[in-house]
Amino acid sequence: MADACNHSLALTQLAGDTGSRVHRLDPRAKLLGLLTVTFVVVSAPLGRWPVYAAGAAVLLAVAAAARIRPGDLWRRVRVVLPLVLLAAALLPLLRRGGTSYDLGLLTVHQAGLEIFGAVAAKATIGTSSAALLGMTTAFPAVLRGLEALRVPRLLILIAAFMYRYLFVIVEELGRMRAALAARGYRPRHALQAGAMGRVATAMFLRTYGRGERVYLAMLARGYQGTMPRLDPLVLQRADVLFVAVIAGCLLPVRILAGTP
Amino acid sequence: MSCVIHARGLTYRYPGGGGQPALHGVDLHVGHGERVALLGPNGAGKTTFMLHLNALLTGSGELEVAGLAVGPKTVHELRSRVGLVFQDPDDQLFMPTVAEDVAFGPLNQGLDRAAVRARVAEALGAVRMDHVADRAPHQLSMGERRRVAIATVLAMHPLLLVLDEPSANLDPRARRELLDVLAGIDRTLLVTTHDLPFAAELCERAVILAGGRVVGDGRCEDVLADAALLAAHDLELPAGFDLGAVRRRPRPAPGPSAAAAGPTGGTTIR
Repeated sequence: MADACNHSLALTQLAGDTGSRVHRLDPRAKLLGLLTVTFVVVSAPLGRWPVYAAGAAVLLAVAAAARIRPGDLWRRVRVVLPLVLLAAALLPLLRRGGTSYDLGLLTVHQAGLEIFGAVAAKATIGTSSAALLGMTTAFPAVLRGLEALRVPRLLILIAAFMYRYLFVIVEELGRMRAALAARGYRPRHALQAGAMGRVATAMFLRTYGRGERVYLAMLARGYQGTMPRLDPLVLQRADVLFVAVIAGCLLPVRILAGTP
Repeated sequence: MSCVIHARGLTYRYPGGGGQPALHGVDLHVGHGERVALLGPNGAGKTTFMLHLNALLTGSGELEVAGLAVGPKTVHELRSRVGLVFQDPDDQLFMPTVAEDVAFGPLNQGLDRAAVRARVAEALGAVRMDHVADRAPHQLSMGERRRVAIATVLAMHPLLLVLDEPSANLDPRARRELLDVLAGIDRTLLVTTHDLPFAAELCERAVILAGGRVVGDGRCEDVLADAALLAAHDLELPAGFDLGAVRRRPRPAPGPSAAAAGPTGGTTIR
């Protein structure tokens, strides 16, 4: 049953060849390397296509090294991308300048289209970069990397609990939905959605109760307010090399092609 | 003091819990190395009593556990000496991976990393779950989660192991594997359950708790053979169950490292 309920969370798992060199890198190296790609591309002024192309090339190289199929990458990117692009989609209509194209009710402007293109490229590269991190690094490892990079421990702790209990909550939600459906609940209009509100209330109360029990279980094993860690992360030569190569490829392009 | 648990007149009332206290003068003495089943219907006070053993609740009356008078000063030491395994393993396993979860207790005890790693390997070995160290808890079956939950506590080398309804929600095979694992652990055990055949196979002593009081205490086979006592407290053996045919699990042979165990772990796990 867990498998059936967790299908919606399948996209949070690793992909590609999990034994690949990229998968085996230190999470800090992957965080820094992929953040560099995002930062270089996002910080470049609009219309600097060589910088965008270089960023995309680096991501493709990383994906190839991790043996990630383009289809898998696309499946994850398309979850986030529409939301990111929604805001930019109005730009061609609003920003005036250059040639304009009449589409009946709407008029699309050349200047707006150019901005839209650049924003879309940046958004795609940023999203792909984050998706690649998720496909090559297990979420607990990402958290450990962030912790080692001095992100506040409280935030890490909250994220860790969210990740751990997301699966438990999705399972519970699946069971409650099944119980509703088993008693013939098929909402046909908004007024019948009240049951979902009650499900949400029940979920809240159960989660609250669970929070209390988890805290007791933590106290029972000697928790005193700090989260201890077993293995300190150790940077290898390959990790340094990974970040250095990415920065070495992108920073010159950014400086040469990205300045006016 | 040769008692692991010494409770006299232990009383606890939940805040806002109305008239009836959840524990109403519990007297219980458990000696070193005993395996005791704490039986009782739902609402009898079993879990409330269990939470007292780790000072997660504090009632009135006398309570000494693992050689410590339970109180604010002894809480930290007490929690290293008494391992609680909660009923829902999802409450117990809160770290992203199994190995990190098993390491949580020993790290809180202030052990160095090499010792913690050894404890993790030993505890996962004892519950036969060494192969899942790097998995996430949500990837395990219920039976596997329960065994890992036991490992998280075993890794702290407790003197007393307390399990809350360990056989709940397990299929027959997972239940059998859990019995095998528990039978191989050479420690004082307190198991709260209403799975009477499970208790009969594992424990030589049974205590019945009802309405916050101890109402029965004796050899497991005697208590379970007393149908009137069981019926009076909403307990019953499965229909047709032959108590005479139950073979109690033997205790593990003492291991070579028994003498080398730390001061809080006088016994060894296999």
